[in-house]
Amino acid sequence: MGALLAASGSASDFPILNALIFVPAVGALVVALLPRSRPDLARPVGALFAGIAGALALAMAWQFDTAAAADAESVGEGFQFISQQSWIPDLGISWHVGVDGISLWLVVLSSVIVPIVLAGVDPHHDPKPYTAWMLLLQAGSVGAFVALDLFLFFVMFEVVLVPMYLLIAGWGYDGRRYAATKFFIYTMAGSALLLVAIIATAVLGSPDSGITFDLVTLAEGQQLATNAARLCFVAFAIAFLVKVPVVPLHTWLPDAHTEAPTAGSVVLAAVLLKLGTYGLLRFGLYLFPEASDWAAPVLVTVGVVGVIWGAITAAMQRDLKRLVAYSSVAHMGFIVLGIFAFTAEAIGGGVIQMVNHGISTGALFLLVGMLYERRRTRQIDELAGIQSAAPVYAGVFTLIMLSSIGVPGLNGFVGEFLILIGSFETRRWWTVIAATGVILAALYLLWAYQRVFHGPPAAADRQTADLRKGELLTLAPFVIAAVALGVYPKPLLAATEPAADCLVMHVTVYSADELADPADPVVVFDGCDIRDSACSAGDGSGDRVDDTAGDDH
Amino acid sequence: MVELVWLIPALPLAGFAILLLAGPRLGEPRAGWLATAASAGSFLFTLITFGGLLGLESVTKGGAGGRGGRSFESTLFEWMPIGGLEVDAALLVDPLSMTMALFVTGVGTLIHLYSVGYMHGDPKYSKFFLYLNLFLFSMLMLVLGENLVVTFLGWEGVGTCSYLLISFWHERPTAATAGKKAFVTNRVGDFGFMVATFLLWTALGTVSYTGIAALSGGLATGTATAVSLLLLLAAAGKSAQLPLYVWLPDAMEGPTPVSAMVHAATMVTAGVYLLVRLNPVLTDTALLIIAIVGAATALFAALAAVAQHDIKKVLAYSTISQLGYMFLAIGSGAYVAAIFHVITHAFFKGLLFLGAGSVIHGLGDEQDMRRMGGLRAVMPITAVTFIVGWLAIAGVPPLSGFWSKDEILLAAWEQSDIGPLLWAVGLVTALLTAYYMSRQTFLVFFGGQRWDDSAHPHESPVTMTLPLMVLAGAAAIGGVMNLPLVADWLVLEHFLEPTLAHAHHFTTPTWQKLLLAFVAALAALIGITVAALAWLRSRIPTDKLEPALLENSFYVDSIISNFVGGPGTKVFEAAAAADRRFVDGAVNGVAKLVRMLGEAVRPLQSGYLRHYASGVAVGAIVLVVWLALRGVS
Repeated sequence: MGALLAASGSASDFPILNALIFVPAVGALVVALLPRSRPDLARPVGALFAGIAGALALAMAWQFDTAAAADAESVGEGFQFISQQSWIPDLGISWHVGVDGISLWLVVLSSVIVPIVLAGVDPHHDPKPYTAWMLLLQAGSVGAFVALDLFLFFVMFEVVLVPMYLLIAGWGYDGRRYAATKFFIYTMAGSALLLVAIIATAVLGSPDSGITFDLVTLAEGQQLATNAARLCFVAFAIAFLVKVPVVPLHTWLPDAHTEAPTAGSVVLAAVLLKLGTYGLLRFGLYLFPEASDWAAPVLVTVGVVGVIWGAITAAMQRDLKRLVAYSSVAHMGFIVLGIFAFTAEAIGGGVIQMVNHGISTGALFLLVGMLYERRRTRQIDELAGIQSAAPVYAGVFTLIMLSSIGVPGLNGFVGEFLILIGSFETRRWWTVIAATGVILAALYLLWAYQRVFHGPPAAADRQTADLRKGELLTLAPFVIAAVALGVYPKPLLAATEPAADCLVMHVTVYSADELADPADPVVVFDGCDIRDSACSAGDGSGDRVDDTAGDDH
Repeated sequence: MVELVWLIPALPLAGFAILLLAGPRLGEPRAGWLATAASAGSFLFTLITFGGLLGLESVTKGGAGGRGGRSFESTLFEWMPIGGLEVDAALLVDPLSMTMALFVTGVGTLIHLYSVGYMHGDPKYSKFFLYLNLFLFSMLMLVLGENLVVTFLGWEGVGTCSYLLISFWHERPTAATAGKKAFVTNRVGDFGFMVATFLLWTALGTVSYTGIAALSGGLATGTATAVSLLLLLAAAGKSAQLPLYVWLPDAMEGPTPVSAMVHAATMVTAGVYLLVRLNPVLTDTALLIIAIVGAATALFAALAAVAQHDIKKVLAYSTISQLGYMFLAIGSGAYVAAIFHVITHAFFKGLLFLGAGSVIHGLGDEQDMRRMGGLRAVMPITAVTFIVGWLAIAGVPPLSGFWSKDEILLAAWEQSDIGPLLWAVGLVTALLTAYYMSRQTFLVFFGGQRWDDSAHPHESPVTMTLPLMVLAGAAAIGGVMNLPLVADWLVLEHFLEPTLAHAHHFTTPTWQKLLLAFVAALAALIGITVAALAWLRSRIPTDKLEPALLENSFYVDSIISNFVGGPGTKVFEAAAAADRRFVDGAVNGVAKLVRMLGEAVRPLQSGYLRHYASGVAVGAIVLVVWLALRGVS
């Protein structure tokens, strides 16, 4: 481990990404070793470790070189803070980590959100193991977002699963065992496919020089035969689609969300679901560009179905937390649509929306958790008129709700708008259907809000206490981020845009190359800036190909 | 001075921020005065910017279309730059945006002032002004935005504030429902706005108004018509046109100043503004449809207004009807007439709502006109100013409503396809307008007392009567900004014309214009006379004048809510049930299947060697046979 921390990165001497993984991991170990007599130390110590990692992540985002990212001519060149160490050389497996504009904000989100919920949410019992698992969750998810090696990614992807399972099963509500088991088995089924596909991709897709699990080598090499690539893509995609989740693979989510403890729900929504959409971008579009293009009609449809189905079922939920969970399905559907629209606007919007969803849905889960702490119920029927009793709480809820609905000026709009306008270029009618989701989002959220917050309060409702200082402090980062990213999302977009551009170019080039000899890799194209050429074509007829790129081979 | 344009929305935003942080501490009345000051400051900077605009050189842009005139763009920062998309947080100062901003801040300030008195004693006093300032900010972003997305920011902002203000007294279930209904119905329109934006961006590669105006000539007719109709959907939601008008009558659940400001003077005219702003895109087909929707809405809502008993509901339907006039004007290509009516309507309808609020205030929250009457004596200022508003909306010359309505009727008359029909509908609506407004005035201010003596009606405080008097003055003489017949008197037209792609010039000969104006005035007179005979002199039995069909506005609303509450909810419920039973059921089914399979094969693991041995033997035989058969073939 010491060797890993000391590894030299190209962008900076300090291997900051390794630190982002190992600081919380060490923290987990330290918390686990705390004396049994001092359980009160667990959360402060844990929050400290998580917080250090969070601060480091923000520092990394600050140092991220947007200009260098914009100069990158392929996805592979866009990675920064790279650290690579040989791990299992015989199999071509290495500890290879790096961030680009797509993973950057997800790393920041994961690193920042865990310390906040650790500090802000009381688990009520066994704080020691709880804190340790939360820290491991942070380490694993950051690891998954920065991994540039298929095997390393798989390890991290699985590492995340265990603490989440234990958090639900150990600190959840009444139906926690069923929900935790369902979550675990459902995701494991996907992981099994993922493992097979990773091995197949490495074995079949490695260059002649020897087997490798290195993502950049495999993705830029594109040695897989078309059919093999498509098969592998399907296996990858299913694993990720379960995680997103898309309809009809989504039913583990409402159970897991509803039964998980508040902090678990927040991290599940903000971070874990993003592993799915991030996976689709990194290991779908990048690793299998042609297969992605081939499967895009199905995936876009799946995304749009999720938007509508998630919204309709959300409207009919009686449990407030379940409602938020179903709204997640709808929001994630937008992101899937954006990813497979293959335009810089839609993919960039998708990345932004991943962050935004983490902020608004994370905050909604926090808010619902706070209400549960007061009332011991989440049933919409059993609540009324809360706004009269707790106006500040209602105000924060309103703001986050409006962000979730996608009201401009708040963060949710930016992602949703960019996804829709970008998807409209290539997937016109799907986008029109998805846009009706904005009507439905207003419907289910405002309806729930009316039933819980408006109307005459009953005696029990009148006694609902308003937010305490500590709770306000916990919510403050979410509120500030919701407003700040809604008004000035440019820093996020500027870092993300080049990566999105390169990814679109990557897909465009390879999906046009269906008939060429797969053994003769095509990697030559002129830069990444496709604004002038490919992006403006936009009638979805499939000829989004840059002509000059086509002529190069 | 045009560079100061950013201060116009910044002041109400600052007011909002201060009230958010310190509103309850400021308390009554300081919170109200702060918000009013922010609004007044915004009006002041609008005047300064307006002066600056007048001082700018006029430039011709856009080539063939001949568009141009004075304009100034102020880019604050890049909002959403990605890929080919450039969305700036930018403001546009041009005659159209300034005209809108002037009356929005002007009328807005008066209504802020009025609210200082009206909201007296409300436990959420400061929160009301917080919302009001946020609303004003949003409305100004809507009209000052330089591109569709900034306008959409304002568009959604006013919608959100409208939601918050309608459900201001949220413990009342009707208020909460009305707020939600307004937001969701408006979202249907927003869908149109968004898709129109996508379509324009995909087709033209820009979302800025300057860019759209310059490039719109290159739009395919089909695309342009699609964009126009999507914009009509958006406008119909915000401006309460058929069939999306249903939220506006319910929106009267909000405090009366809100009804005056949001739901009469400013927000509901946003749809009109949007269509006028994007007039280069509108195609002939779309214009005809806009005209038909406008005329139909005008007539429909006027009929509904005839039989309402709630003092605010009459005004709500009247607003829908008057907005229909504005759409009729747009559809007839008379954009200036539409904006002219937007302004005069803001004066007289703002006045009427504030007057109604004064009555409600004075009678202790009574809204049923059947329990009013004779209030002229106890509320003289309210009565006199209300009468000015009544005569203005009825179209009695020379008050402002006469001039703006007359121009719309003339434009309808000149519409090339079905002009006379549109004109006739407009004329009948004018007659009905004069009738229902007279009925209201007579029921409220004339005749005998029908309220309990315990009500103690009284005149409102000066913070409320002052805005009434100012608006009454504006409603009376507002017509001077665009007087016909003498070319130099068409001030508004000359001012706005450069921003329009197809300026409308009336071709009807003067004698015919005069005749049409005379007929319109006559219609107003007939309406007033009939109302006087029925409601003042009791010469006409009134029981047949309020048919249930009209009182329930043709049952449109109840049909829609029955559908939403019935089949609509059923579909949603079925989907949720399917999600539980089939989608999740399949998952649990698979789990059950696996368990059953496991239990089924468990006996095979018996632990007896002979069982395993026989199994191996059978397997070996099968294998040998299979290999043999394969070898044969």
